[in-house]
Amino acid sequence: MERSSRPFGYGNGLRTLSIATVIAIAVTLSLVFFYAPLEAEQGFLQKIFYVHVPLAIVALCGFVLGGLLAIQHLRTRDARWDMRSYVVIHMSLIFAVGTLITGSIWAKGSWGHWWVWSEPTLVSFLIIFLLYATYQPLRFAIEDPERQARYASVFAITAGAFVPLNFIAVRLSTEYLHPRVLGSTSNLPGSMALTFLVSLGSMALLFATLCKYELTAKHTRSQLRALRRRLSGEHADAPRARSAVPAIQHAAAASARAGVRSVP
Amino acid sequence: MFATILAETPALPLHTAGKYVAGAYIVLFAIVLIYVAIMAIRLSRIERDLGELLSLSEHTGTGRPNASPAGGQAGAGTERQGQQPESTLA
Repeated sequence: MERSSRPFGYGNGLRTLSIATVIAIAVTLSLVFFYAPLEAEQGFLQKIFYVHVPLAIVALCGFVLGGLLAIQHLRTRDARWDMRSYVVIHMSLIFAVGTLITGSIWAKGSWGHWWVWSEPTLVSFLIIFLLYATYQPLRFAIEDPERQARYASVFAITAGAFVPLNFIAVRLSTEYLHPRVLGSTSNLPGSMALTFLVSLGSMALLFATLCKYELTAKHTRSQLRALRRRLSGEHADAPRARSAVPAIQHAAAASARAGVRSVP
Repeated sequence: MFATILAETPALPLHTAGKYVAGAYIVLFAIVLIYVAIMAIRLSRIERDLGELLSLSEHTGTGRPNASPAGGQAGAGTERQGQQPESTLA
């Protein structure tokens, strides 16, 4: 009953999700350091695999998910889908930074170099990262919020389609030096495969939790802005300052307008 | 108990690879920590904005008691609050 009386549900389940994430990460660390055996060739250095590869997979899946959410935005013209797409892509970029840094550390320990330009997997991931690094400047460059949301959605769909194509292209390349991940999971020993899957799950949980935090924070801010405008007597549709963050105050603004009109 | 667990666990070879593994995991936790710090800053900003809005609503509420349905409800609420203090405390 209490839940149904709440007007917005961005924060619903956030506590449960956060607790589940903390537990999952603790279990993952225990499995990585106390359960998974040492790999024969790389030894202890291979432990980076359990953080680097899940980060990369979750980041790439996040980019694709951002494209799917953008499709939903273009279909419905609902600004909330644009906000979800924005937050997912934003979070995927952060995870991609983590992937690049942990990958460089692994490369230094394994190959003796921080970066290897002849490695297709590294370079293709960098290209995807740089492609998505233009997403925020693109949004910021467009002042009109509706046009900004539309163009950003088109970008997210196009770039989201590029991610799996890029992945397949790298797979098809002949000069392949990077250790295979998805294709070789079945070749991993059972304990390593279990640890990897648990690590992947915990990274996905962390991603979902941070996205939910971000969505809740942004929605709260937009509600506060709408409330401030309402209290200060400013019109709800007054132009806002230029920002790369999507405008989702439509619902709040609409309710504010309805409130103003209902005054006798 | 902790010492027993540590004694049972395999020795971790932290000689050469240890610094790289530690670095990779520290990066992950640094990202999460930085994010939590940013969220804490945002939360304090939201708290400050809420305080400003509260003072603004008090200001507009005293000047225009029936300016909006929300204001009217608030006014009704304060009246009820004045009428039924015992039941609320009970």
